[in-house]
Amino acid sequence: MRLLATTDSSLLERAPVLLRDALSGLLPPPARWTANALIEIVAILAVFGTLFAFLTLAERKILGRVQNRPGPNRTGWFGLLQPFADGIKMLTKEDIVPRLADPILHFAAPVALVAFSLMSFAVIPYGRHLLALDMDSGVLYFFAAGASSELAVFMAGWSGRNKYSLLAAMRALAQLISYELPLLLSFVPVVMISGSLSPSAIVTAQGGWHLGFIPRWNVLTPWGFAGFAIFMVASLAESNRSPFDLPEAESELIAGHLTEYSGFKYALFFMAEYFGMCALGGMAVTLFLGGWQAPCAFLGFIPSYAWFGAKLLALLLGFIWIRATLPRLRIDQLTRFAWKFLVPLALVNLVTVGFWHLSASWSRGFDPLRWAIAIALVVIPFVAMGRRLSAGLGPRTYRFAAQ
Amino acid sequence: MNAVLAAIALLILASAGIALTLRNIVRSVILLVVTWFGIAAFYLWAGAEFVAFAQVLVYGGAVSMVVLFAVLLVRHGKAGVAETPAPSGRIVSALLAGGAIAGALAGAVALTPLAPAAGPAPFAPVRHIGVLLLNTHAASLLAAGAILTVALLGGVVLAAGGGPEKEDGP
Repeated sequence: MRLLATTDSSLLERAPVLLRDALSGLLPPPARWTANALIEIVAILAVFGTLFAFLTLAERKILGRVQNRPGPNRTGWFGLLQPFADGIKMLTKEDIVPRLADPILHFAAPVALVAFSLMSFAVIPYGRHLLALDMDSGVLYFFAAGASSELAVFMAGWSGRNKYSLLAAMRALAQLISYELPLLLSFVPVVMISGSLSPSAIVTAQGGWHLGFIPRWNVLTPWGFAGFAIFMVASLAESNRSPFDLPEAESELIAGHLTEYSGFKYALFFMAEYFGMCALGGMAVTLFLGGWQAPCAFLGFIPSYAWFGAKLLALLLGFIWIRATLPRLRIDQLTRFAWKFLVPLALVNLVTVGFWHLSASWSRGFDPLRWAIAIALVVIPFVAMGRRLSAGLGPRTYRFAAQ
Repeated sequence: MNAVLAAIALLILASAGIALTLRNIVRSVILLVVTWFGIAAFYLWAGAEFVAFAQVLVYGGAVSMVVLFAVLLVRHGKAGVAETPAPSGRIVSALLAGGAIAGALAGAVALTPLAPAAGPAPFAPVRHIGVLLLNTHAASLLAAGAILTVALLGGVVLAAGGGPEKEDGP
């Protein structure tokens, strides 16, 4: 974490950095750099570990509410201790390794998955001064760490020596590869506009306000809105969330590539899934929602990490809401949606952002025209491709149900 | 510093060497991915962050998946993979092709002046790399893309097996 601009920010803003420096200040100077790095790692693990625990509880509570039942309410107050009970249960379960399984890969798959999903937390700027690793090519690092997790999914499916989990792993890989492309294409406009692959520079580029009150977040431009929508759909699919939870599909398949896993290894897959969801949500906040920037100038007294947390929680609750609302897609619908809809839209979005970039020098009077052309570049392909994709599919006739 | 380089080199060479000797092709592929990660670690050691992450993203994420799909989806004969000894003609041509590539690489390495650069290593921000890639070296980038496309087409031709195949019995 860097300590920048110590004079112009409040004590609350600098509190985490000051706390870290006070802790590492107890050590001799040569050990401080290592100590700082360790404290940052522990802080990230503690915050996101706790978030993971209570996110599972929030998910079960909210899903319960949506389905008109109370959700977990027996462990602790309002079920608050449920995540810990689940953890203890998972730890005490027997860890079964099939006799014919490849023991090394069977063990390495969940470990690699969790490790790669944790690595991506390093480059997200959580606040004005809270960034563990400020890298020139941080966005690339983030997606490189995300792409490596595909290999872990394959290892999990293959190592169990179970043809069903191998088939499920190949299907999961088809999904992950299909949605990797729109995910990568959807953040390219942000990089083009801010001219940097560094997350902190991207957040800084979104500072300030139009007309004094509309934040300059990327999501509030035509290309940014399209990019944000594509990014969110693709990250739902990348983190295997409903309606794209085909790799696991616990109510239809057994558990996909997790079939041969039990006990805490099984829990590690869930942990990696939630960590991946949090990391992708954090990257969406960074790229499109202004990162740690406050939405209004007069709200700037609230520390930046609180704004980041609020935006991230809003996105995560949105993920849970989507899971409660939408039914699961079929595999052919899922891949068709990626290749025939999201990828072309993301490519068209590159044209839109190119136009937006070139028209930035137009005089103020042409602003309505600029917005109209950009919105048309987003909306017309969306409607045209959506109509072509859904042609001949509806309206659905119900032959046996009452009309 | 040199101990780190030695460890990285050992990881790359050992994983590549074991990958060549394994009979199980899926394990070979996974070890090959370890080799690619080792190469990315070498780039990181050399201070080329951008190339390292691009290496992980392209090789660890994309190429490994293409290789795995190719390995698992190509129809194998009943004998399995590489069970029968290869005919001598194939061994000779493999040695010739491998020797030619090794010779070209060794010649390129031997002919490159590897004088230690004076002063600190040049700092190359990503923007600078992008400008270089798309202006000065655009032609070589396009050539690399064309070569990769040809390699992909070759892979498809090999996987398709060439000519109408006899259907396997049930």
